Amino acid sequence: MQYIIDDVENQRFLLHRGALVSPSVLAEEMEKIFAKCWIYVGHASEIPNPGDFVTRKVAGRPVIFVRNEQGKIDCFFNTCRHRAAIVETKREGNARRFFCVYHGWSYGIDGKLARIPGEEAYAASFDRNEYGLKRPPLLDHYRDFWFLCLDPNGPPLRDYLARAVEYIDLVIDQSPSGVMQVISGTQEYDVAANWKLMVENSVDDYHLPTTHSTWLRFMANSGVTIERTPRESGQVLPTKGYAISLGNGHFTTDNVNFRGRPVAHWIPLYGEEAREEIAEIRRELEERLGPERAERVANTNRNLVIFPNLVINDGSSVTIRTFFPEGPERMHVTAWALGPADESESARARRLDAFLTFYGPGGFATPDDVEALELVQQGLANWRSDEWSEMSRGMGKPESDQLNSDEHHLRTFWRHWNKLMQENA
Amino acid sequence: MSQTTAVGRLTRAEAEDFLYYEAALLDEWRLKEWLELLTPDARYLIPPNDKPDGEPHNTLFIIADDAERIRQRVIRILDPNCHAEAPKSRLRRCISNVRVLGQEGDLATVAANFVCYRFRRYERVREYVGGLTYQLRLTPEGLRIRERRVVIDAHELGSLGSVSFIL
Repeated sequence: MQYIIDDVENQRFLLHRGALVSPSVLAEEMEKIFAKCWIYVGHASEIPNPGDFVTRKVAGRPVIFVRNEQGKIDCFFNTCRHRAAIVETKREGNARRFFCVYHGWSYGIDGKLARIPGEEAYAASFDRNEYGLKRPPLLDHYRDFWFLCLDPNGPPLRDYLARAVEYIDLVIDQSPSGVMQVISGTQEYDVAANWKLMVENSVDDYHLPTTHSTWLRFMANSGVTIERTPRESGQVLPTKGYAISLGNGHFTTDNVNFRGRPVAHWIPLYGEEAREEIAEIRRELEERLGPERAERVANTNRNLVIFPNLVINDGSSVTIRTFFPEGPERMHVTAWALGPADESESARARRLDAFLTFYGPGGFATPDDVEALELVQQGLANWRSDEWSEMSRGMGKPESDQLNSDEHHLRTFWRHWNKLMQENA
Repeated sequence: MSQTTAVGRLTRAEAEDFLYYEAALLDEWRLKEWLELLTPDARYLIPPNDKPDGEPHNTLFIIADDAERIRQRVIRILDPNCHAEAPKSRLRRCISNVRVLGQEGDLATVAANFVCYRFRRYERVREYVGGLTYQLRLTPEGLRIRERRVVIDAHELGSLGSVSFIL
């Protein structure tokens, strides 16, 4: 099946809508993308102490993400080696054993089989050492962001991440200690849309003025002056921003802030009392990073996509968002807030409040994104009669001139997606 | 709405009347009238499903509005460009198991159960089920909402999707 028409000469890029509705495409994606790429599991700060664990589904696989007795992070398939039942049913906690309620097999937090009731019934050839919990073939992290890879021949994580690490570093640089922390509280919600639509939406700044006009109005009502968009070619946002490919299908937006940042650009929405603390945060950045880097950290926004499905948005606040397909026309989104591990109580509260001004199922923007994606999915029902989605915006310009409101980054995603779908055929 | 004096003790019947009235306003999208039921320092809170006992200063909530944010939320969701609520969801909520948990001075704590049915076009019903906890202030003008905390029982929002209306 031809998924894309990438006509560079005529500056035309089209996506076949079958890619967004077809169960067989999803089945292929599970093999060629989710079982081949590095997939985000969790953040080290979620399990700070030995025995701490969280359970979740990653690429459809129930896993236990755990810190062992030596303080090392590990990951197991949450499946009993005996007859396959889930062995840890709690969402999070601290464990000394993972215990199967079916026949009572139990495992240490190192995954080793600890006890079998009535073990003497097994033959002498039965080797309990073969029955530890299975691990994903590869597990690694970059600066506390932990990923798994279901392909034992996958590339090293650092190679896989390519230039995306520069933007992860930029996000982490807002922490004086260099350590970031996932904040308590998870937002988990479904969107009745294909998972790839969330990839697009997470970086598509073209939609902001229309989809989020009520958010812009809220900002204006809150005393935030949003400048008129200059009548420069193609620009739809008040400040200029770019879309940048980072290799291996990763990409980001990179734009000058116009909406306030907890680190560190004060807006009236934060309240007069926050002015001094934000100025202090900004001074710390300058001392630690120098004026140029401090300006990058404090006054630019980025929406980063690590292929295929990890989004780190660093704008109104910082959010980690991941999403997995639940069938071709539905996805399950999980979102967390991320902040410097050592930030003050007042800065933490401000970060969380700023998060809710835009992001999340009760935010002032995300519900409209969800609606837009669901309207796309509903419209896709006509895919057999109206086959192609148009994604040519900005095409033909040099890469260095690709605006965040162009569709260069969307094309980057789809080209890489297409390559994986074709080459592993 | 019942007449309640600032010095009286809130009865369950008065609390029920008030909660039923509020539910009608919310179901009927009479949100400007609803705003008049709030105290100037009101808060509207929906904790995340995994941390129902959390506090918004250190936990990522679904909604953690102060009075001004509530007003802005109402402006937003009544705006025809609030796409998540255009056309508006049809809402029907049932409030039950109302209990007055206590009263200190003119501030009473009231708990209730709720089921809120939400209908949107082309969709099956979405059922929001949970508990409400109110801090209600007894004023000469009647009861006013000082805090409204909505705990959704579902382990995750999941198919409930967004909370783009006043739950």
